[in-house]
Amino acid sequence: MSTPETDPAAYLSALYDPDPLALSRLRDSLVGAAATADLIDVAYRTIDSPVGKLLLAATGQGLVRVAFDLEDHDLVLVGLADKISPRVLLDPRRLEAATRQLSEYFDGGRTSFALPVDFRLATGFRRAVLAHLPAIAYGHTESYSQVALAAGSPRAVRAVGTACATNPIPIVVPCHRVVRSDGSFGGYRGGPAAKSLLLQLERTTARPPI
Amino acid sequence: MTKAPFEKLVEEHGATVLRVCRAVVGFHEAQDAWSETFLAALRAYPQLPDGANIQAWLVTIAHRKAIDITRARARAPVPVDEPPESRSTVGLPTAPDPLWADVAALPNKQRQAVAYHFLAGLPYQQVADIIGGSADAARRAAADGINSLRRNYPRTQQEAGSR
Repeated sequence: MSTPETDPAAYLSALYDPDPLALSRLRDSLVGAAATADLIDVAYRTIDSPVGKLLLAATGQGLVRVAFDLEDHDLVLVGLADKISPRVLLDPRRLEAATRQLSEYFDGGRTSFALPVDFRLATGFRRAVLAHLPAIAYGHTESYSQVALAAGSPRAVRAVGTACATNPIPIVVPCHRVVRSDGSFGGYRGGPAAKSLLLQLERTTARPPI
Repeated sequence: MTKAPFEKLVEEHGATVLRVCRAVVGFHEAQDAWSETFLAALRAYPQLPDGANIQAWLVTIAHRKAIDITRARARAPVPVDEPPESRSTVGLPTAPDPLWADVAALPNKQRQAVAYHFLAGLPYQQVADIIGGSADAARRAAADGINSLRRNYPRTQQEAGSR
């Protein structure tokens, strides 16, 4: 027995077609209009890479977040909505340069990134640490204490570890080049395997075997 | 309670808002109504109180945009060639079900009540908040709309009767 409340809904079922084609076109034109009106506070996309799927996010100022798969991209987006702005939209166009440069990096053809970055997710000493990291050359490493010294607080070795572990823009800001003084890798936001892969990639590319 | 990324709103509510727009402004002008609704929503989203009912909020914006579009259409009618004798499906990306035209022919209140209650799933009190009047009046308008659609669309009635 259908009730008068449910029967009309069934009767209207012809109107419930989700029409994915129309929706995808509408979504694309919305993103275009939103970009023109400067209403996308955080644009993001995902890319495939040798260290797994990466989420890239940018504000109007630059690349603000690179997130590994194991960080859970949905949670990362919720965090960006919370910390920066809920106006978060999937818009690959703002991330074209970052996508291209990361692809060149993973192919071994790029040893440094030329991208505007937005450090707003790191503050104070952490930001000072991150600002120093690009000075560590491709294929080289520094210890946590060397980085502490370079960032102006030689005794803040542990804080350097935290700054690297919470680096919002890994790979592009090369916290993977900071290792323990005994030469072991130390922790990494993307997991030890990702850190090892990046260091291996840079070693072989920087000093090709003869 | 923090706000979801706007992308999730489009994912979760895009289809519902499109249905509502198609019902309220007509199948073809629904695209403009949908775009304007989500653009306005994106603009206002940071100021939306946390925990607000997103679906009701979006339908309310769609309702206002539909009124704007309908008024603009009345002010500046777009000249068209001879209207087709019968409903044409040629050249349309998706052929609209003929039921859409019957919905479009309903009186305003009935069409809105059917759209917001049956297509968007809002309770009658929320429908009344959007279109004005009481929840009972919204319920009657939706019921009248459905009855009128039944009379105009016997094919569906037969299909329903044969079950």
